[in-house]
Amino acid sequence: MRVLGIESSCDECAAAVIEDGRTIRAEVVASQAALHARYGGVVPEVASRQHLRTIVPVVEETVAAAGGWETIDAIAVTYGPGLAGSLLVGLNAGKAYALAKGLPFLGVNHLEGHVYANWLHVNDETRPEPEFPAVALVVSGGHTDLVWLDGHGRYRRLGRTLDDAAGEAFDKVARLLGLGYPGGPVIERVAREADASVTLPRAWLKGTYDFSFSGLKTAVLHLTRERSAPPAPEVARGFQESVVEVLALKTAEAADRLGARQILLAGGVASNGALRRELARVATVPLRVPPVRWCTDNGAMIAAAGAVRLERGERSALDLDVEPSLKLASGPSAR
Amino acid sequence: MEATREARTARLLCVTHAAEETRALGRRLGALLRPGDVVLLYGELGAGKTCLAQGVGEALDAPEPVNSPSFILLNEYAGRLVLYHADLYRIADPGEAFDLGLGTYTTDGVLVVEWPERAEAALPAGHLALRLEHAGGDVRRVLGWATDARHERLLEALARAG
Repeated sequence: MRVLGIESSCDECAAAVIEDGRTIRAEVVASQAALHARYGGVVPEVASRQHLRTIVPVVEETVAAAGGWETIDAIAVTYGPGLAGSLLVGLNAGKAYALAKGLPFLGVNHLEGHVYANWLHVNDETRPEPEFPAVALVVSGGHTDLVWLDGHGRYRRLGRTLDDAAGEAFDKVARLLGLGYPGGPVIERVAREADASVTLPRAWLKGTYDFSFSGLKTAVLHLTRERSAPPAPEVARGFQESVVEVLALKTAEAADRLGARQILLAGGVASNGALRRELARVATVPLRVPPVRWCTDNGAMIAAAGAVRLERGERSALDLDVEPSLKLASGPSAR
Repeated sequence: MEATREARTARLLCVTHAAEETRALGRRLGALLRPGDVVLLYGELGAGKTCLAQGVGEALDAPEPVNSPSFILLNEYAGRLVLYHADLYRIADPGEAFDLGLGTYTTDGVLVVEWPERAEAALPAGHLALRLEHAGGDVRRVLGWATDARHERLLEALARAG
């Protein structure tokens, strides 16, 4: 089955065609990162206007590269979570194409998509599929969820952030330190060059699989206000160490205790090298991480997540609406 | 204009010494809220706005813990009253906030808005405003003011409850 995946939940306008749930046949990602950099974050209205401009060219270019509409069997589109205005553009484009081309259509949970980036064949067509049961850590600008996966479409959320998402903390701390946007890559780069690191608090929230990064953000704020504030790179490194250590240890502990066979890392923050290294170091089961390019938002992961459900015969009605605060535990079929 | 009005009418509501005290203030506020109430939370990064909103959520029996809505701008919690929790941090142009229709959320529930200064014109004119100010370490000064009689009564009740 060849599935066209469409993603527009935040600042990437993306589409991809994948075959048999894992092999990428064509892919286009139009990022707005440069556009939003001057605001220090994604600007919702700018994002949805930009999606309106790029959605049709992105989809048409992808489908043409894959061999034309007659080679497409179904369409999968993100319907949440994300910015309402941005989601609407992709979802309605997906519905319109499905109707016009007479193709099956399915709404996909964006977070489920991130997890399924681990199923994509990249460079290595022989790499086996991830194994269940697995623990997935989904970390991005809007989400920090620790999830138990029993099988395809069978999830249970173990924990999540009680305040800021990990990626949001990176963005806000980068702003406090005057380092620019997006915060993740810039903090990682600056931290690598630091000679020393400032010790910052860690919120362990013992006895739960929840996370909290708000206190850490406040600790950084206090540091920046001190008369003899440490150099920004040392604060950045200390901040990154704190976030990475908590994320890695709690994830490894969950996998160990619950008897997972693998850990799946996913979401934009999964491209952080320090997090990958630390999680690989403390994990007692194999760690799977998508290549950096498929950690951030893309259409291939949506097509991959959609393919599994479409193969089972799942379909969404054309009156499916966007769900900006959709959680990972649910899907269109579960409602 | 807002700054002038604030300077004229803001009063020191209380001082909190830890995040838990800020959350407790939120719980006291939540217990007093009625459908149609609007609360604006001012304060810089790390001042405790989300923390206070979490307390409001607890008092309203929100089905899950309130967290930062920065990414999606608006979260909804169907508790004893519906809590609409908005965060305008990412709003660059006040015009964008009109599209969120924040004024329309105040009939069946309560609206709590973080970073209201990003789009004051798009927010309901009648509201209670709280400003959290850093006062060294984890200490926060909480100032409050109200823009109509209904929210003035709410502010009074909150001051008494503290």
